[in-house]
Order: sequence, then C-alpha cells, then structure tokens
Amino acid sequence: MYAQMIKTAKSGVKSREEMSEEERAFQDKIDNDIKIEPRDWMPDDYRATLIRQIGQHAHSEVVGQLPEGNWITRAPTLERKAILLAKVQDEAGHGLYLYSAAETLGESRDELIRLLHEGRMKYSSIFNYPTLNWADIGAVGWLVDGAAIVNQVALQRTSYGPYARAMVRICKEESFHARQGYDAITKMAFGTPEQKRMAQDALNRMWFPCLMMFGPSDAESVHGEQSMAWKIKVKSNDELRQQYVDQTIPQIEYLGLDLPDPDIKWNEETGHYDFTMPDWKEFFDVIKGNGPCNRDRLRDRVKAWEDGAWVRDGLMAHAQKRAARKVAAE
Amino acid sequence: MNNEWPLWEVFIRGQHGLSHRHVGSLHAPDAETAIRNARDVYTRRNEGVSIWVVEARHIAATAPGDKGPLFEPSESKVYRHPTFYDIPEEVGHM
Repeated sequence: MYAQMIKTAKSGVKSREEMSEEERAFQDKIDNDIKIEPRDWMPDDYRATLIRQIGQHAHSEVVGQLPEGNWITRAPTLERKAILLAKVQDEAGHGLYLYSAAETLGESRDELIRLLHEGRMKYSSIFNYPTLNWADIGAVGWLVDGAAIVNQVALQRTSYGPYARAMVRICKEESFHARQGYDAITKMAFGTPEQKRMAQDALNRMWFPCLMMFGPSDAESVHGEQSMAWKIKVKSNDELRQQYVDQTIPQIEYLGLDLPDPDIKWNEETGHYDFTMPDWKEFFDVIKGNGPCNRDRLRDRVKAWEDGAWVRDGLMAHAQKRAARKVAAE
Repeated sequence: MNNEWPLWEVFIRGQHGLSHRHVGSLHAPDAETAIRNARDVYTRRNEGVSIWVVEARHIAATAPGDKGPLFEPSESKVYRHPTFYDIPEEVGHM
C-alpha cells in the first residue's frame, strides 16, 4: 500500500544457490518467522526498501491528518469534534511510531521529511482527494481507515521487528477510527433525505480511490516477488483488495445505500464478490502529482515545517544554553 | 545546518505492571519535553503510570551476534533451577 514507486531489488529473487552465506542465514530467519531487528545483518536492498516503505507509510499518516483536520472546526456536534480531534491526534502518533521504526534503519527524521518535501518520497494516493463535506469525514473513517486496517492487520506479521510492532500498536488504535466513521455515516444514511444523498455521494466518490489504495494489480506489480520473499509484503495487493471488498459490501447494504459499482456481484463459485477494478490511469496520474489536492497537501506540509522552524530552533537553543549553564556550575 | 532534536527512547510502566517496558522513541530538545511528548504519544489510552526517557546515545546494548557466546554459559547450569533437586514430600513445601 505504501510501496508506490519503490523498486525492491535490482535483479530478480535469488535462488538459494546464488545467495551468499549471510543472505541464506537471513532468508532462513525470515522463513522461520524470526524477526529481523535493527542491528542484524540485512541485504542493502532490504534496508533501502523498508526505509522507503515505512517512511512513506509514516508520511501517509501525517499528510492524512490534513483532509480530516479540515473539518475539525466544522463538526456538527461537540462530541463529533472531540472524536475527530482524537482521531487526528492518533494519526500524528501513528506517524511517529513509523518514523521511529524507519530511523532504526539508519535514516534520519529530517532526511525523510526533506525527501517528502522535494516530492521524492510519496504518501498514499487517497490523501490527494478532497473532503468536500461532513459526510466525507464519515466515509474517510469508514472506507479509508477500513482499507488501511486490512493492510495493517496483515503487516503485523512483516519480517522487520520495529515495523511489525508499530503495526500491532497501530491496529489497536485504528479500529476506533473505522467505527467512528461508520457511526457518523450511519446517522446520515438513516437521517433526512438530504443527509442520505450526501452519504451516497461520499461513498460514490471514495469507492474507487479506496480500491486504488491497495496498489496495482499483482500482474503489474513488478517488485512484488522480492517483497513477498522478504515478508516486507505479507499478502498480495489483489488478495487484500478482495478482502476489503468482501467485508465492505455488507456494510454498504446495511446502510440501504446503492452499491458504488453496478457490476459488484456475489460469485458463488469463488466465494467472493466480483467487482470492477479502478481506472489505473487515474491512479498513476495522481501518484505523479496530478490529483485534485497534491499541490495543496505538499504546500501545507512544507508550510507547517517552515513555520515551525523557530520553535524547533528556539527549544534546541534553550536546551543547549541550560546544559552549558549546568556544566559551568559543576 | 543540522539542528535535529536528539533521539530519546521511551519506557513505560503500566498500572498493573512491575517494570518499565520499551514502547518506542521520539525526538525532543530536552528531558522535560521528551517526557511531556512521551505522555502525549504513548499514553493516550491510559497505558502508563510512570515514564522513563533516555537519550538513545546513552544506551549500551548487546549486539545480536553476541547472543550465542554471551548467553550460552547459562544453558548448561541446570542446577540453578529448583526442579533439579528432589525434596522429600514429608518435609512439607520448600
């Protein structure tokens, strides 16, 4: 999900004969579900891929605060405002857990942020879409966090220890995110005709962008094989996407809303729902920078960083001054 | 110019816990801010009653490769375990 534009290995997956002794020992650990920890030996490509994937996952959490933060001052009730504040605060925390995990691999926080601001690291495509009204806030919690949960539950078994542990912590907190969103949408779906119309519209606009969150079809996923062998990726894009569709259709039907894709149909033979794939041209276009909100998102992130410089520098200068005074006094 | 805040490791003891457990890390300019930020990030759901923060550079740790040779001696000293000894039942619990 966060592996957009990541090239995992320069060549294909190595056979055991082609591996060095270190590589074989490393692969054995992974195959036996022994976690790789920060100071263990690891192939350069494993380290580089994880820095990018965990880093982009972290960026997604922080950029993801923007479309929701947008509505904090306009929540319909005090309770909804408090809930939204708590969710956005959680996202900052999730970003932190992930930045911390990425840093254990040897990349500094400042460097990860610099790469994001220069457009050289990405974040999940979904956050390049706007939240147009309150129904979108419910839909984001329900459908976007819902999709993230499917991916993150699988990643609890990823091979890199700090990443897996961050996933466990995040999963515990994320289920409230999905539930509060579904709760908000439920109110609207069973509310006035106008509220129901807004809920339907939010679902219609978010559905395909949410399916895109899982990344391109497995057939197009060039570096999926090495990522799977190293358990950087635990389940394939298509597997996760199917799981998401299967769990979400009953949720839509309960609300009495129309299915966002007329070709969604239960397939008795496969035991899954058939559905239409999203428009992949749109996906790649959005990743490249041409989605509705890409420029706004990056501008807001860069502004927050630059406007906060005086706080970071000031606190650092203050701490250094106090430390110097303490040494002088001893 | 690199003015990055130093890295701190965070340890929390839960309400029903006996010891502090490592929960993650964060950047902060000093100890007070590190503790306040640790409270905000790692105890949003009542996870802890006590917080320790240590600058990461002050932590000395064993290297993963040391595991075998460093800890192996304890594997062959079975007489350190109570179950090694047969105490007659007549003497009561010991």
